[in-house]
Amino acid sequence: MLSKRIISCLDVRDGKLVKSIKFVNTVDIGNPTVQALKYYQYGLDELVFYDITASSENRNIMLDVVNQVAEQIFIPFSVGGGLRTVEDCAQVLRAGAEKININSAAVKRPGLISEAAKAFGSQAVVLSMDVLRVKPAPQIPSGYEIIINGGRNPMGMDAITWAQRGEELGAGELVVNSIDADGTKAGYELKLTRQIAEAVRIPVIASGGGGVPEHLYDVLTEGKADAALIASMLHYDEYSVAEIKQYLASRGIKIRETY
Amino acid sequence: MITIVDYKAGNLTSVKRALDHLGIANQISADPDLVRKADRIIFPGVGAAGAAMDVLKERNLDSALKESFRRGAPILGICIGCQIILSRSEEGDTPGLDLIEGVCSKFEPEDEALKVPHMGWNAVDVHRPHPILQHLKPGDEFYFVHSYYPQPVNPETIYATSNYGLTFPAAIGVDNLFAVQFHAEKSGPIGLHLLKNFSSWRP
Repeated sequence: MLSKRIISCLDVRDGKLVKSIKFVNTVDIGNPTVQALKYYQYGLDELVFYDITASSENRNIMLDVVNQVAEQIFIPFSVGGGLRTVEDCAQVLRAGAEKININSAAVKRPGLISEAAKAFGSQAVVLSMDVLRVKPAPQIPSGYEIIINGGRNPMGMDAITWAQRGEELGAGELVVNSIDADGTKAGYELKLTRQIAEAVRIPVIASGGGGVPEHLYDVLTEGKADAALIASMLHYDEYSVAEIKQYLASRGIKIRETY
Repeated sequence: MITIVDYKAGNLTSVKRALDHLGIANQISADPDLVRKADRIIFPGVGAAGAAMDVLKERNLDSALKESFRRGAPILGICIGCQIILSRSEEGDTPGLDLIEGVCSKFEPEDEALKVPHMGWNAVDVHRPHPILQHLKPGDEFYFVHSYYPQPVNPETIYATSNYGLTFPAAIGVDNLFAVQFHAEKSGPIGLHLLKNFSSWRP
């Protein structure tokens, strides 16, 4: 039986690990490779690196980070942030990532998903979506809207519809990030996660809101997620990967315990 | 020296990085003459069986691999490399290298909750001891990404299995050939351990 995955997300700006709260107020919290290595040694299942570097001239710093990670860490990891073309994606895959993570660029140009899936296989294409709770409207019947550009631009698109479209176009996995829950540590958006998990047949990774191990339990059961993304719980040493996994195992969740 | 066979199949550099990390001499090569003479061969891959076989043939690597198998060089197949060593894959009805008799079949789980591809960490149960699987503990998990699984005809070629809706072979082998369906190079410390076991295996 497949284990539920615990994935940590590391936001990287100009080569440094940062943490953002509700998509603003970023603070430096260290070296991404050093931090990732620690999580790897403690049994983390997978990593996501988001490049939030603003200026395009500093983009190559991210490729160096990807290279360093790939030389030391032998679990799957994906890289996202600023990937707009198949060539951008090819660069991070060549630098050692298994998967590419696309978000705003795919909303603006959905063809990027199919092009990437054709070039690298669906297993390498993760579609990430930032979702905000809104009043249900004819275009947004679920009341969950897709927002792009780091939480700034509402797109008038329904998140459930977009998730299904992403699957059709060839995405291999979905990261569903709730802007409402992000940084609150009050728990994942269970209803949103569950609605998307039930609407697609590809793995769904829940993101945003994880504060205590019980939140992961909730989203992996009630939320029907295949994996849970965590950030501050680990980055601020509030919990270790092992503690979280022990908790989940004690509550009957199948996770990777030995490594 | 381990030669990693280059047939445009994705995860070559991941395998190379893992071997580099372990301090095991290795090279990536698409040259059939080098593969013919190689001390040891890793035959990795992600992607589709048909495309993989096409490139192998185009580069004359299919015959080089078969010759290396016959002359007794230790060979490790990974993922697609565990599938196209069989007689045939149902994926596009592709003929394989036929080093182990059998076919590759698609996962078609009855349980809707089981998604295809089978992607993530899953336990591998060892049924027959093998030097490459030495020191694996019950419950050890490896990273899988695949939609098809190997089904050798001879049960004696099955060394380990995993379970995803059904029990399927996760490690198969015969003589100097061994192959794993999971990505050892992405399976953390235990995966690296398996690669290390392969580097010193004397079939």
